[in-house]
Formats: sequence, C-alpha cells, structure tokens
Amino acid sequence: MNRKLLSLPFIFWSAMFVIVPLCMVFYYGLTDKSGAFTFDNILAIATVEHSKALWEALKLSVISTVICLLLAYPLAMILCNMNVNQNSFLVLIFILPMWMNFLLRTLAWQTLLEKTGVINSILSALHLPSLNIINTPYAIVLGMVYNFLPFMVLPLYNVLVKIDKNVINAAYDLGANGAQTFFRIIFPLSLPGMFSGITMVFVPALTTFVISKILGGSKILLIGNVIEQEFTQTGNWNLGSGLSIVLMLFIIFNMVISVITDKEGEANTL
Amino acid sequence: MKKFIALLLCGIFTATALTGCGSSSSAGENGEVIVYNWGEYIDPETLTMFEEETGIKVVYDEFETNEIMYPKVEAGSSAYDVVCPSDYMVQKMIENDLIQELDYDKIPNAKENIGAQYYEQAAAYDPGNKYCVPYCWGTVGIIYNKTMVDTPPTKWADLWDEKYADNILMMDSIKDSFMVALKKNGFSSNSLDESELQIATNDLIAQKPLVQAYVVDQVRDKMIGGEAAIGVMFSGDAIYVIGENPDLDYVIPEEGTNVWIDGWVIPKNAPNKENAEKFIDFMCRPDVALKNFEYITYGTPNTAARELIEDEDLKNSPIAFPDLTQYNNLETFLYLGEDGEELFNKYWKEVMSN
Repeated sequence: MNRKLLSLPFIFWSAMFVIVPLCMVFYYGLTDKSGAFTFDNILAIATVEHSKALWEALKLSVISTVICLLLAYPLAMILCNMNVNQNSFLVLIFILPMWMNFLLRTLAWQTLLEKTGVINSILSALHLPSLNIINTPYAIVLGMVYNFLPFMVLPLYNVLVKIDKNVINAAYDLGANGAQTFFRIIFPLSLPGMFSGITMVFVPALTTFVISKILGGSKILLIGNVIEQEFTQTGNWNLGSGLSIVLMLFIIFNMVISVITDKEGEANTL
Repeated sequence: MKKFIALLLCGIFTATALTGCGSSSSAGENGEVIVYNWGEYIDPETLTMFEEETGIKVVYDEFETNEIMYPKVEAGSSAYDVVCPSDYMVQKMIENDLIQELDYDKIPNAKENIGAQYYEQAAAYDPGNKYCVPYCWGTVGIIYNKTMVDTPPTKWADLWDEKYADNILMMDSIKDSFMVALKKNGFSSNSLDESELQIATNDLIAQKPLVQAYVVDQVRDKMIGGEAAIGVMFSGDAIYVIGENPDLDYVIPEEGTNVWIDGWVIPKNAPNKENAEKFIDFMCRPDVALKNFEYITYGTPNTAARELIEDEDLKNSPIAFPDLTQYNNLETFLYLGEDGEELFNKYWKEVMSN
C-alpha cells in the first residue's frame, strides 16, 4: 500500500483549515472594501490607537512569558528528579485544569477576584485588606500566566527528563559544583524546550482578547481586542485582517528564533 | 471578487457537509424555515409549538451582534428565511437591498396585534413599515443599587459622578456608549457632527478612570451580585435583574435615551418565503408573543399579548412598557452610512486606548 495515501487526510485538513483561511486573511488584509489592492490595512498599525494596543499586548505577553518561565523551570526540574510514580501524578495535576474549558477557567478567576468575590470575602472575614486587582493589567497577567503555564512546563519537562544523567554525573566528577553544572550543562541542553515553551506561551498571550475582556474589564485595549472588535462590532474585515497580518509577523519572528535554536527538534516531541 | 470568495466558502461548506453525513437534513412534512435570531431571544418551546402546528421544521441559528449577522446574510452563502436585526441594521439592509417587502396579507397577526405606536416608532428606520415586523423593543437606562447610592440617579451625567468611582459599569458597545455621552450633552445619538462627537469622546475618556469595567452580558451578574453601584443596561435585562435582586432599580435618564426595536425581516434570497411568513405570523400570535415575553422579559410590541399578562405589576411595568410620551428626546438608532460608522469606530478606539 502506498504510504503517501496516509498523509491525505492531513493534507486535506491543512489545505481546508489552514491554507484557505490564511489566504482569505491575506486577501482581506490586502484589499479595501471595494476589493482594490491596498496596503492601508497593514499600515493602519501605525496609528496611535493601534500601535498603543500592540505595545500593551507585547508588554503584557512578554511579562507573562517571563513569569511563566521563572515558575516553570524550577517546577520542571523538580518533576524530573522525582521517581516515576510521583511525577506522573504531578504532571497529571498540572494538565488537569486543561481538561476544563479555557473560558470557564477565566470566568472563574473573575468570580474569585471581584470586589465581592471569593478571595475578598475571605479576606474581609479575616479583617485583612482587600485585593483590588480585577480590571487592571495585573489581573490580565495573572490570567495569562494561569492559563498558559502548562504550555511552558511540558516542553521544559520533556527536554529536561531526556538529559542523560551520566552527563551530569560526569560534570560533577570533573569537579564542577552545582551552579556550574546547571549553567554549563543543564541550562544549554534545555534551551530547545525553553524556546518551544516561550513560543507556546507568548503567541496565545499576544493574541488573546478574552482574558483582557473578562479580567481586564475591557479597560485595557490589546491588539487582539482591536481585531476582535473589527469583526464583531464594526464589521470591517479588511482592517481586522490587515492587523492580523501584522500580528503574524511578530509571531513568525518569534518562531524563527525558536526554530534556529531548536535545530534538533527535541522539544517538538511533546 | 467578493462574490468569488463567497462562492468558494459556499463550496467548502457544502463539500464538508456532503462528506460529513450525506443528506442529513430531514425537512418537516411541509418543508423547513431557517431562522437567524439573537442568542437567548426566544422561548424554545414556541419553536416546538410551531413545528407541531404547521409541520414545518425550524432550523434555528443565533448571532451575538448585528455586525456578526450582517456579513453572513450579505454573502448569501447561507441563506436564511427569517432574521431579527435591530433598527439601524434593518435600515442598512434595506439600503443595500438585502431584504424584501412583506406581504401583510400573509401575516394577518402582525397587522392585527402589533400596536400602532410601535409601527410609528419603527417607521423612523423602515418608512411605511414595508420590511420589518417589530418583535421586541425597549429602552436603555441606568440600573442602580439602592443600597449603594445616596440619591437615586436621574440623568446620564450621574455616571460621571466621582463618588461612584470604580463602581460604574459602562457598555462595551460603540453605539450605546456614544449614545450615553451624546445624550448627556444634549446631542442626538445619531449625530455625525465631528465637534459633537469630539465632546462625547472627551467625556468618555474623562469618565474612564471612574469606570469599573466595560461589559456586555456580564452587567447582569455584576449588578445582581452587588459588584457595582450603577450601570448602563437594556430595559429587558433590568426586569430580569430586579427580579433576582430587589435592591436594584431602573431609571430612564431625563436627558432622553435610545428606544430600540428588533424586528423580523425576510432576506431577498430566502429559500422558503412562504414558511417565513407563517413563522412571523405565528410569532405575532398573542399567546406565542406572551410566552416569549415571559421567557426573555424584553418588552413586546404585541398589544394583544400585553393584555393577556396576568401579573398586573408586570403588565403595567414602567420598565417593560414605559409611557414614551412622558420622556423627551427619545431616539432610535439610524444607519449612518459606512463613513458615519467609521467615524464612530475611530472615536471609540480613541476612548478605549486611552
């Protein structure tokens, strides 16, 4: 049997649901309402409102990515050093929230953080000062970190667990201390997973519009919100597509970096 | 070119539908009617009743905003028989030749049961009432929590009161937010005057630090939960939230407000026009309109249905059925053309990104 036949469903899928929609985004992004070719929709990113929204989104997504990385790295190392039974349980705990709908989890955070929400009710019952981060950028970053943390932990765990223990033991044998072993052996070997994790957190964080809507009270306009609004509220598909193309450039830039550093494709075995 | 894209999409959808399950559409004995309505905007039981009585199968689809609905009807890739847009969107669809004139002889219930004053109001966007049968109507006003305000708010300007800082909910909607700011300054909510829009924009920007959040449907839960003191709300939602939390009350601001109407229209490319007429006629029947009113709590223009409401309080509710003659400066949104819409969008982005 011809093996190539097996790839047909995949080719059909990619063509229908990736290539065709992408072409349509480019078609709408590069034309105006009458269908004439134009760069206006892409250049529209230069207006004060749009560039500010893009800047806000970049800022918040970079902060979230860094926090995710700082939280996920030690965690992934702890997971690697555990015995098999314990760590599969812990990994399960980490994946468990992903079995629930993303929107529900974000709405749950709203209920937790609200002025009359769960956290503040407990705090006031204990006569502690209330926590006022709902509808601020802090709540958006919290939502991003919470929702995307597993995407950082898993690729990191995947590369760390594959590092040959003998390599580490050899480093100790040759006189390296703990810090030297980490910075010269473990850290460089974990880079592919790290970049893969960064991409998987940064991209959804950069494009999100739901988190800023639910936890940010729509008070902070991110580029994702601008694009969403063009489609749902103002019906300007051309501008929405043009801005999406700009956003794609940032994502491609991020992916290029991660592909260069992930030559062996180790982190992609997730 | 746009047509080509639409065709392409059409092809893809039919292709996937065909490969999916062959011919799965089992139409009723008398065919089907494809309805496109707002989410949570009908009592599902009335659809079953319609199917049982007429033998016409209802294919029901929902949209969230007028702007999501419009391109789908315009592209024509998925033909609908009955759609329920709002006032200004009906006007846009008339101007762009997307909907057809109604034959009132085929929908006697609409002629008989819908109050004349509502047809009059609807004539603002649909001259002569040729295209649209009003389905729901209402106002936009201020909802407030009696335990959280000293004096009940009476005007839009109260939403700019600093004592409510971080306790104000605004609508995450371009038209409605600008309506509030324009009316506050005594301008028309359909204003295209750049200097008036600039004043409204500056007002909205000045208000932003006081606003807790810009929300759409969440306003209901937030007001019920006592999360905010004061907010902007549709009258239909107000009836629902006051039922849940008796501390809440609703007022139509004295500067005037928006009176909105959503109504049934039949698109030009409707495949089952006769069934569409039967559907609209059925929805205008007093008992059906009453059922829908009780389910969605949005005011019904069906005067015969209103007579049937048993609860006297609800029947004479000033929120569901305000006496419009008591208020000044009531307006209905009009379609302002593409340039007008873009102007509003531009200013709204300025507000949001500030």
